[in-house]
Amino acid sequence: MQTSPYVKGLWLALAGLIFSSLALAVGEEEAAWKGGLQQKFFGDRPIEESNNVIELTAPYRAEDPALVPISVTAKIPQTPDKFIKTITLIIDNNPVPFAAAFHFTPDSGKADITTRLRVNAYTHVRAIAETSDGKLSMTKAFVKASGGCSAPIGTDIEAAMARMGKMKFKLEGDKVIPQQPNLAQLLISHPNITGLQMDQITRMIRPAHYVDEVKLSFDGKPVMTAQTDIAVSADPNFRFYFVPDKAGELKAEIKDTQGNRFSYTQAVTP
Amino acid sequence: MAGESGALNIKEVAPGIYVHQGVHEMPDHENRGEIANIGFIVGERCVAVVDSGGSPRQGEALKAAIRDTTMVPVCYVINTHVHPDHIYGNIAFKQPGVSFIGHHKLAQAMSLRGPYYLEKAKRDLGIGLKREDFVFPDQLVQSTLELDLGGRKLTLTAHRTAHTDNDLSVYDDKTQTLWLADLLFMGHIPVVDGSLNGWIKELEQLKTIGAKLAIPGHGPVAAEWPAAIEPQMRYLEMLRAEIREALRQGRTMEQAMAAVGQSARNDWQLFDEFHRRNVSTAFAELEWEDH
Repeated sequence: MQTSPYVKGLWLALAGLIFSSLALAVGEEEAAWKGGLQQKFFGDRPIEESNNVIELTAPYRAEDPALVPISVTAKIPQTPDKFIKTITLIIDNNPVPFAAAFHFTPDSGKADITTRLRVNAYTHVRAIAETSDGKLSMTKAFVKASGGCSAPIGTDIEAAMARMGKMKFKLEGDKVIPQQPNLAQLLISHPNITGLQMDQITRMIRPAHYVDEVKLSFDGKPVMTAQTDIAVSADPNFRFYFVPDKAGELKAEIKDTQGNRFSYTQAVTP
Repeated sequence: MAGESGALNIKEVAPGIYVHQGVHEMPDHENRGEIANIGFIVGERCVAVVDSGGSPRQGEALKAAIRDTTMVPVCYVINTHVHPDHIYGNIAFKQPGVSFIGHHKLAQAMSLRGPYYLEKAKRDLGIGLKREDFVFPDQLVQSTLELDLGGRKLTLTAHRTAHTDNDLSVYDDKTQTLWLADLLFMGHIPVVDGSLNGWIKELEQLKTIGAKLAIPGHGPVAAEWPAAIEPQMRYLEMLRAEIREALRQGRTMEQAMAAVGQSARNDWQLFDEFHRRNVSTAFAELEWEDH
């Protein structure tokens, strides 16, 4: 079909407008990352943006900004020759962008991790994997949410403090399959106070009090260790894999910012 | 919405019990958060306000409606729970001789949510609230409290965690009316901001009360009791049953949010605004249960 030069010109102008506004939008969304976060966490190290090592799943529009389910799926198995060492979660526009770092070994089976995060503003959520060969790979998703970190403690704070440190493991199926990655879930009862929630009666910012270290092991061998920050939702929850060689004990040891330590063990049987 | 004198439209649902019907909308700049059912009860000596409104302006309108109805002074403002659409009118009633009453956990809830609510009021409702507009209760209900309005006895009950962790209900002896506020939703989807299990438990107990009428926090100004409770009970029990089943099957929270309760979509207004959040809240509660 013949297009008149006038109409062609119009289409070109429109295309130009669309592309430039897209570029602007992309630019804005990358501002925090390109403007300092990448440098801060990874210096000048090259990061490949791809879904071939890990892939991040997050809801585009969060229903509850203080409880946003985030899933990282590992695309490569954990083997002695090549494995995912660390997965770092960064939330660009949160008051504290560092959300968590999870460390794995070849024995972890799979480096998948699922948790729930607080998202404070419309932002990219990023997962950066470091593999055993030292390479970095990044996957990201845009999440629309606001107020996740400053959202008030919704429940009875006294009750929350009373059950603080209580934990539970849930297994997919009650029996494990030995010598294979088995999916498990750790539930931790802890208010994970962000330090950004103000108490109006005392007129004080309730000081931060959150879980900052999680260590998971099976029969004494490390499965996953993590550093976690305020972006992890109240009652931290982690889905992970482990490879039991036989019947044994799954153990969680956690520490919070007030120095409280809690541990919990659960027997698992094939 | 407002009468000639700027007074709120109200309906007398039972002798001496007046209710203003809210709207099934998300709070925004148009409705200024004035979305809940609010009203008052008239005795020979005293008027008790039950929930003051979603904005200081609505509180003033309620005050005007009371003046148009009776010469009896307001002695009590009862806040049934902490949500903004029920407490922002408090400032209109603050004066010597008026006592503010709430659940024993209301003060703490207001204090924890205060700054967040202040910011939200400005952003979402376009109303500039000040800290002074948060009027805290001066009388707290530990389990039950009786108020005598002069020839009229009201029984206030502090509930265990249900819709929120600070729900209060009001029972009027004279007309056997149960003012449940947000313990009862009709038309507007129930919003879980406390405990799903707790709410179902409280409702099972409330069902046994021989009241004639119930006043919901969102819905018609009054409805027959206990029939009024049926749709909400169905929704909450369905939520619980489907989430427990999802947990038994090892489903994730995200999977539950996508699948649970979609059959109820046509039964409730504002379903898309609240249902999935109800699922995530209830999921985080129920996953601690052993099955």
